[in-house]
Amino acid sequence: MTRLRHRNWQGWWFALPALLMYGVFVLRPLISTVQYSFYDWDGITPATWVGIDNYRRVLSDPALASSIWHAFFLIIFFTLAPVVGGLFVAALLQEIRIRGLATAARTALFLPQIIPGAAAAIAWVWMFSGNGAVNQVLSSIGLDGITRAWLGDFTWALPAVGVIGTWLGLGFCTILLISGIGKIDTAIYEAARLDGAGFLSTFRAVTLPGLRQEIGVCVTVTIIAALATFDIVFMSTQGGPGTSTMVPGVLVYQLGFTESRIGLASALAIVLTALILVVILPIQRFFRAA
Amino acid sequence: MKTSARERIPGLALLALAMVFSVVPMASMLSAALQPQGTSPSGISWPADPQWHNFVDAWRVAEVTPLLISSIILVAGVVPVAALIATMAGYALGQLRIPGGWIFFVLLLFGLTLPREATIVPLYYQIRDLGLLNTRLGLILVLIGTFMPFAVFWMRAHFLNVPPELAEASAIDGATSWKAFRHIQIPIAMPAIASLSLLLFLWTWNTFLQAIVLIDDPSRRTMAGALQNFVGQYSTDVVLLNAGSLLIMAPTIVVFLIFQRQFSRALISGAVKG
Repeated sequence: MTRLRHRNWQGWWFALPALLMYGVFVLRPLISTVQYSFYDWDGITPATWVGIDNYRRVLSDPALASSIWHAFFLIIFFTLAPVVGGLFVAALLQEIRIRGLATAARTALFLPQIIPGAAAAIAWVWMFSGNGAVNQVLSSIGLDGITRAWLGDFTWALPAVGVIGTWLGLGFCTILLISGIGKIDTAIYEAARLDGAGFLSTFRAVTLPGLRQEIGVCVTVTIIAALATFDIVFMSTQGGPGTSTMVPGVLVYQLGFTESRIGLASALAIVLTALILVVILPIQRFFRAA
Repeated sequence: MKTSARERIPGLALLALAMVFSVVPMASMLSAALQPQGTSPSGISWPADPQWHNFVDAWRVAEVTPLLISSIILVAGVVPVAALIATMAGYALGQLRIPGGWIFFVLLLFGLTLPREATIVPLYYQIRDLGLLNTRLGLILVLIGTFMPFAVFWMRAHFLNVPPELAEASAIDGATSWKAFRHIQIPIAMPAIASLSLLLFLWTWNTFLQAIVLIDDPSRRTMAGALQNFVGQYSTDVVLLNAGSLLIMAPTIVVFLIFQRQFSRALISGAVKG
């Protein structure tokens, strides 16, 4: 043991290639993003230093600031719905004891994680269209009155995009939580039952604490997915109609690559990165503690 | 002596609902893809006369063959290299415990939360300056770098659990660290490397943002990236659009069905570790 704990500087040769790739293709562009964010630059003519003007703009320009609000609103659909839904299924089921069903459930529930987000968006554009399956279902249960082209509706487009996020996260969280609940000692459940604890109190006292780590993972992964969402929105609505579904990810792309406002795009990207860290760090601390 | 069958009915019903919810969009695509071309399909309904040859036509118009080849080249360029250098770095961090390694580790942790949007704009200029814009090599390099945080993290977790006596024994035998790594550590790490490779395959195949930014020519992109172009061209033809999209999704679904168990395990433990 001591021999290996020697100052093993040579070991760095093993770490070097990974560090190099990470440094050159992640850290270096990240530093450039910070740098660009203080300039006004169209990508061609020389850049001019503008200090924190781009940041001021991100936080004050209604179009930019509202994209950030949209991202936070999406957390309800990307995170809250899958975690609550997954908890319900896991708590009611505890484990899938039927073998074939377990395999079928895993396959079906993981499918949204497997296909590219861009393809999922195409599927949902069709689902949400005037002739799509969503309206078909609504009509069949007598809700003809509310059918519409969901993604073209100023009020309903953002929640509809959110539903795609729920679809992406629900299976993942459900599987994760079922696998977590299977690890909780069944003796604890039996003890709770003998004590006459009902479903809700067992859920609060046994299931929730036992699933702390899994819930933490679901929350973390899905919040990052909500705040940094790009593929789905880009392929389904492009931020429209108007700017009603605009999210920071799509805006960074548009500003950076179609409007050539590199400085502003970079400032927005940095704000997004900082927001993700600010949200995720306390969540990590909370779920890792205890 | 757990929950009785009757108590489990609500849970099973909810589970069934979640399963249907997960599959319905694909069913809806399939139903539209099988309608006669030129019609405007509606909702989900099994067509009276399913037009399977729509897939043949879609294969051609979506140029699936070059896309398949392109995606395979990208996967072949990314996965082996990324898995190898991540394994090496994981070994350095988890087993050799290199001095100052914690700095690298913290940088990687930070990278796990970093959105792709944070680097995409300068990446474009950086790859352009390297003369690698519109080449697969540029995209391959970027993806290897992007996958490092998770991949190294994953391999480090494996090497933390390998008893150090193993390395000590080989050190006494006079094996160099590289030899010990190649002949002793890599074979033991194979299951971890295999799961990691599955995930890397999936992420490479599904890469979207970097593919559309760094490569203009859709036929050199990933399958996912090519969808953007395909939708642009066929957005009004619901039948062909859905048939083509299904074809583009099919390879990952097929690979997933084959390696279903390994995928699920990798996705679950990958999430918990990360």
